[in-house]
Amino acid sequence: MKHPVSVTVNGAKQVADVEPRLLLVHFLRDTLGLTGTNVGCDTSQCGACTVFIDGQAVKSCTVLAVQADGAKVTTIEGLATNGKLHVVQQAFWDKHGLQCGFCTPGMIMTACDLLQRNPDPSEEDVRHGIEGSLCRCTGYQNIVAAVREAASQMKA
Amino acid sequence: MASRILGSGIKRREDPRLVTGQAKYTDDIVLPGMVYMSVVRSPYGHARIKRIDTKKAAAMPGVLGVYTGQQLKEAGFGPIPCAWVVPGSDTKTPPYPPVAIDIVRYTGNAVAFVVAHGRSQARDAADAVDVSYEPLPVVVDGFKATQPKAPQLHDGVPNNVCFHWHVTGGDVDAAFKSAEVIVKDHIINQRLIPNAMEPRGAVAQYLGATGEITLWSTTQNPHIARFLISLDTGIPEQKIRVIAPEVGGGFGSKIPHYPEDSMAIFASKILNRPVKWTESRSENYRATIHGRDHIQDVELAAMKDGTIVGLRAKVWANLGAYLSTASTGIPTILHGLMLSGVYKIPNIHEDVYGVFTNTTPVDAYRGAGRPEATFMVERMIDLLAHELKMDPVAVRRKNMIPPFTDGYQVATGLTYDTGNYEGALAKALEMAGYEKLRKQQAEMRAKGQYLGIGLCTYAEICGLGPSQVAGAVGFGGGLWESAIVRFHPSGKVNVMVGISPHGQGEETTFAQIVASELGVGVDDVEITHGDTEKTPMGWGTYGSRGTAVGSGALMGALKKIKDKAKTLTAHLLEASVDDIDYADGKFFVKGSPGKSKSIQDVALMANVAWNMPAGLEPGLEASSFFDPPNFVYPFGAHIAVVKVDAETGEISLERYIAVDDCGKVINPMIVAGQIHGGIAQGLGQALWEGAVYDDDGQLLSGSMMDYAVPKAAFFPKFELAMTETLTKVNPLGVKGIGETGTIASTPALYNAVADALAPLGVKTINMPLTPERVWRAIREARS
Repeated sequence: MKHPVSVTVNGAKQVADVEPRLLLVHFLRDTLGLTGTNVGCDTSQCGACTVFIDGQAVKSCTVLAVQADGAKVTTIEGLATNGKLHVVQQAFWDKHGLQCGFCTPGMIMTACDLLQRNPDPSEEDVRHGIEGSLCRCTGYQNIVAAVREAASQMKA
Repeated sequence: MASRILGSGIKRREDPRLVTGQAKYTDDIVLPGMVYMSVVRSPYGHARIKRIDTKKAAAMPGVLGVYTGQQLKEAGFGPIPCAWVVPGSDTKTPPYPPVAIDIVRYTGNAVAFVVAHGRSQARDAADAVDVSYEPLPVVVDGFKATQPKAPQLHDGVPNNVCFHWHVTGGDVDAAFKSAEVIVKDHIINQRLIPNAMEPRGAVAQYLGATGEITLWSTTQNPHIARFLISLDTGIPEQKIRVIAPEVGGGFGSKIPHYPEDSMAIFASKILNRPVKWTESRSENYRATIHGRDHIQDVELAAMKDGTIVGLRAKVWANLGAYLSTASTGIPTILHGLMLSGVYKIPNIHEDVYGVFTNTTPVDAYRGAGRPEATFMVERMIDLLAHELKMDPVAVRRKNMIPPFTDGYQVATGLTYDTGNYEGALAKALEMAGYEKLRKQQAEMRAKGQYLGIGLCTYAEICGLGPSQVAGAVGFGGGLWESAIVRFHPSGKVNVMVGISPHGQGEETTFAQIVASELGVGVDDVEITHGDTEKTPMGWGTYGSRGTAVGSGALMGALKKIKDKAKTLTAHLLEASVDDIDYADGKFFVKGSPGKSKSIQDVALMANVAWNMPAGLEPGLEASSFFDPPNFVYPFGAHIAVVKVDAETGEISLERYIAVDDCGKVINPMIVAGQIHGGIAQGLGQALWEGAVYDDDGQLLSGSMMDYAVPKAAFFPKFELAMTETLTKVNPLGVKGIGETGTIASTPALYNAVADALAPLGVKTINMPLTPERVWRAIREARS
């Protein structure tokens, strides 16, 4: 038994019939082909699947597609505008805030959310603020630097 | 400008596709008609398979087929090969069927697999496969498995001992007789789960009409994968294409050739359509290799002045249930030969027993063998210092190999390339403010507070390595690298390399080398890797060899390009080739810099070939193979500073100082990133991480909820510095940097905690040093 859902993803309205158990992350990846959002675990620990739902960072593996009915979702693909990187994306590039890149889309969405709530985070604020996202490559040092760089760019 | 690009921290060219979500990892690959595979895995650590009933699963919606190990076998799919059998070690290699047929030997062992139209249909059907098991006795501990009456895993492997290997240098028994002091320890270097953020996956596409198979795979070494797949599937190597698209980290766990490769290829062949398999994280914890898992009995013999005279050890290395691709080489060659560390230890003997247990197979995890060696040596040095009431720095200096530039042979037989260990140590001590820290420690101790300062001075073996040595130590492949450099008529460059980076940034590093050597713009160079059809043969990215060996091949090809360009320039300028010089992208007549051709001019003229000298072929393309004459031996000194709360056992990581030397640094930003990540993983082992099995073989740390992958707030900001001691092993003088942080940080941190707790009389605490364990150890010492 499939259920109709209508979700606005990166500004475009998407309508589909989905299984009730379909996770939002699989809806994004498999149904819509937006594969920038990654799946790194099955217990909602890693944060690789983090997207924005109605302006807030959410792990899209914790949400059913049917729960997102009527919502506005932003994924990593929707962050850059007119080919120009979002300031957080740019800061991750500038500060070498990624290596293999698998956690990066979720990490960037998490960072955007953090900066929305705290535009001038201290080093410690950033380290705690991104705790919901795991990275195995960077030791987090340059991710922290990137988030703080983005904060200072946003202020400028 | 061109010459300055080498050594410059330019931004990575890999990143725009990664920060925008445009990169394509294996699970992002979608092909027409693609279907999904799911694997049925054993819930038992050890059991006989009595019956597999696939009827219910086969009748479920969307299911295309349910397959067993027997069917794979009948189709000619052989056991998963072990590619490293260490000579002189009586290694036994029991068959490793990709899907178990009679007996399962670890939880997660595949017993059947299902293919269906949808991802969740495949998963549902896998759950409906009805397998009856007869549980068998289980053993998970690498020492207990060797004891009388232990459950036996394989026929023909008595006491589960896969091999006994030893390394001997000097006369260790005589050394121990002459010693004035002996310190001993029983070290458990615990089992770890690699946790690359991208789980494994495969997409297999078989074309019946041509017999060709394409496998998109989360591999660190597509060429090795192709070779091994040809051996166990019977598909000829020239019909196999392996593509490593974007790969989300590996840390060794994506070196092996895995059973799921065979299953996906088999299913694609039977169904004649593309088949995708994507590992879940919980599946990853059981089905992807683990690392470390040593039990070590160690003794260090010394004189009262701190001079070390001998090291003797016995190691039980848990290999898991089957031999994974490189597993036997890790606790032997990459471990036992490194027991001299950075010290003059004239007499060394180690016995290593490789042991089968009912656990996930163990193979290379970042550092692979060297962390187990370095931890052992660095721990023993500190125990000796404690015993002699000497400063651990003094003991290190007393025994340290002095600076050398032309090789230094240690008792295990290895010849280190170059080293200046004192240089790195002095720098680290200065950065830490060591003397001041010791004073602070004394003051705090007087107040009942516990500050600890821990050191690790290390050297490691990487840049694997000379192929002749690979053959001599039983590695079933070569360890050279290759590169093709192709100049187009417009002067732009394509480079194809055999290595297969997956986060290390060699697209950037290698472009810097090309730009620096030939004066082209760095953005005029494209680096291609990770596809056996597009790239020349290479042995992959692991063992910190990508740049150390790969750049040698690249430099060889660039030299050939330069030589040809000189010949063509001489012809065009009507000069003798001996009179042509090169600088900053220009080939010119010596003494007349005005008479010159740029590399772009030469590329055009070579490609149009209107005016070539006699005997010179058209085109500007070169291919080179590089087999290094030795391994490389990066080194450094790390210092950890911790505070331990004696009431709660909680450890607070105050500072972490790392001085590393990887020879010539091509991109300091990337090098620092490698060190950061390595330190985090090594600290993870010391403080939080550990794979835990219960006595029934259940993996208790079986999901990311239960296994502590470190988070950002766990770490302070690491303080880094480099020294630069070039090697002569490759043209640029580079050493590997991928694993140093992991190798150095575990002992540095452990030594810091031991140092903090020394006044309380705390003896060995097993890692990870969780607050509970530290608290118990303190309580025990006090009572």
